[in-house]
Amino acid sequence: MTRKIIGQGLFYILIAVALGYLSASPTWTHLPEDQAVIKISFSHGAERKIPCHKRTREELMALAPNMRNPVSCTRERLPVYVEINIDGDTIIAEGLPPMGLAKDGQSKIYRRIAVAPGAHRLEIGIRDTDRASGFDYELRKTVDLVSRQNLIVDFEGDKGIFLQNERMAP
Amino acid sequence: MKRYLKRGFLKAGSWADEVFGPTLNPLSQLGALGFFFYWIVAASGIYLYIVFDTSVVGVYESIEYLTHDQWYLGGIMRSFHRYASDAMVLFMSLHILHEYSFDRYKGARAFSWFTGVPVLWLLYAAGISGYWLVWDELAQYIAIGTAEWLDWLPFFGEPVARNFLTPDAMDDRFFSLLIFMHIFLPLFLLFVLWLHITRISKPKINPPRILAFGMMAMMFVLSLVYPAISHDAADLAMVPGELRIDWFYLIIYPMLDKVPAGFMWALAIGGSIGLVGMALDPRFRRPGVAEVNLESCNGCERCMNDCPYAAISMERRTDGQPFAREPVVNASNCVGCGICVGACPTSMPFRTAAPLIPGIDLADRKLADLRGEIDALAAGEPPQVIAFNCQYNKSFASGVPDGVSLVSLPCIGMLPPPFIDYVLSRGKAKGVFLAGCGTSDCENRLGAQWSADRLARKRDPYLRARVPEERLEAFWPGSADPGGVRSALEGFTSRISAMPDLQQHKRDLKMGVRLPQDEAAEEVTP
Ligand code: HEM
Ligand code: SF4
Ligand code: SF4
Repeated sequence: MTRKIIGQGLFYILIAVALGYLSASPTWTHLPEDQAVIKISFSHGAERKIPCHKRTREELMALAPNMRNPVSCTRERLPVYVEINIDGDTIIAEGLPPMGLAKDGQSKIYRRIAVAPGAHRLEIGIRDTDRASGFDYELRKTVDLVSRQNLIVDFEGDKGIFLQNERMAP
Repeated sequence: MKRYLKRGFLKAGSWADEVFGPTLNPLSQLGALGFFFYWIVAASGIYLYIVFDTSVVGVYESIEYLTHDQWYLGGIMRSFHRYASDAMVLFMSLHILHEYSFDRYKGARAFSWFTGVPVLWLLYAAGISGYWLVWDELAQYIAIGTAEWLDWLPFFGEPVARNFLTPDAMDDRFFSLLIFMHIFLPLFLLFVLWLHITRISKPKINPPRILAFGMMAMMFVLSLVYPAISHDAADLAMVPGELRIDWFYLIIYPMLDKVPAGFMWALAIGGSIGLVGMALDPRFRRPGVAEVNLESCNGCERCMNDCPYAAISMERRTDGQPFAREPVVNASNCVGCGICVGACPTSMPFRTAAPLIPGIDLADRKLADLRGEIDALAAGEPPQVIAFNCQYNKSFASGVPDGVSLVSLPCIGMLPPPFIDYVLSRGKAKGVFLAGCGTSDCENRLGAQWSADRLARKRDPYLRARVPEERLEAFWPGSADPGGVRSALEGFTSRISAMPDLQQHKRDLKMGVRLPQDEAAEEVTP
């Protein structure tokens, strides 16, 4: 009888310990205390690969009457080129391909860069036209990050490149 | 690996049989415990839902209030909700390993296995949505991890993770969706769980009361000693650091930190397909199913009542005999255990003049052949003991003790009790031994249980009263040490050998009182 009671007690204790322990332990460190994150994320459609052009009269007449759209566009877009330098090091420098089978969609990026807390010099450039060099949008700024700060580098065509979560609430 | 797992379960099972007793053994009702904890989760969830604030800004504070200010009720409810959810995963995992190690997932049993796969997904989705609702740092970690994981799929134009960039990104609309999910997913889970057991007769979905009480007490103590608490409130301007992960539900998130999202999709989807594929093993040979012989059947329904896999239904009589109904076997549910044959009152071996055609018979193991096998064993010098052995009990693979003849059955529940009477009263052997595969872990769920009840004269068809108790022994190996069946048979055989010979036994029987129903039973015609 005592064997039974002790045995059953042990069983319940085992279950309770398993539940209690594994429901909160061991802990997991997603981001160490001595790091902060710069997250670059946006989606943006670059210019058309071949700019739209107004059809000439002759061109229009050559088309079937129901196809006579005065503007001709190919749908394919250019890639969006992004370059990020942090403290002088080039972290990202790549062309983001447009989404979609016809390559007519937005270009997307969502990338996490872990850095040490403290001051960092950010130089970000984005190109969404077919220019060979230089950028259509630029941001140069020194930020001061606290530990585990989640700095967002965002971009919208009409707002340009902008930072979010930059100033921490006191 | 499967073998070791099975051995582990048998070992743990026999330990649990000893300390809990066979009816309370938690390891033989892992599925039932899963259901039990589902109801605890549901009940505590309703309480939490009533009292918590369903807005993004209010939810965290309201849960903090429950946890700390109302610890004696809200706090305990919260802990019950968390730990019961964890217990579902724990017992479900053991349940899967158990069914797997006992090879109970192929053929007719595959249905339960297949439906188990969506159960897994739903349970995880439900649990994760629950952790998300707290809207603390852990929830934030889950939100972003989930979004990043989903974003790997090519379905979303705008990355989902862009919803969690800044503190004001999480709005009440999204939060309402989460709450809806956290209510809908568990309800849908319940529906799939119901499907999961539709092909099982008398599924064990409620643990015995004492075990349920023990589990409740355990949960109560755990909730007081180690209550569930939140992390700091979510702040999307910060990245969560060190987290107290619930490894039962959230193990995928640390994995996502380490491996690419695509790999995790491959693992999750590949794993699910793998689970389904396992049950489709092409080498698996479906055992011959049960077949009804209407001319012998009187429509008594015993076969339907005893079938563990809901494979028999009673339909309108079609052969003009004056009975209302007839059994119909659904072959895709039938595992060929023969328990129905053991239950049928027409499974009578005594009338040797006529061919033995019971109301229901196994295609691969005809009852007539079983009788023939017994007769053949006794043809020359009858053995001391005829041992009927469940085919899953491998203890006699290396041979049996001297004086014993072994008859193998698909399930010990296939043996109709009159066959025991037949062996002893017709002098086919001096003793009868039954070896099952274990009361708590019967391969065919209910075979050993029905068999034990029939021998104990608690379930129809009863073992006749005239069968001398000292000449019959039943042993259920799974429930004690698995090797013990050999020594039990050896002991039984040496005792039987010392008993008077068959003629003497018959004379004893003649001198004993013959009950009228014994006479009647012997005359039963199909
Ligand atoms: C919380 C989740 C689950 C619960 C509550 C549950 C519950 C049950 C119950 C009550 C039974 C009937 C047991 C009996 O009376 O013999 C059963 C059978 C079964 N379960 Fe589950 N189950 C769950 C998840 C799963 C999963 C995920 C799988 C596999 C992927 C699975 C595989 C099976 C199989 C194969 C059987 C049939 C056993 C047989 O035919 O003998 N279950 N389950
Ligand atoms: S053999 Fe009989 S008892 Fe067993 S599953 Fe088939 S119909 Fe049911
Ligand atoms: S147990 Fe036998 S007699 Fe009764 S319904 Fe089934 S087959 Fe017919």
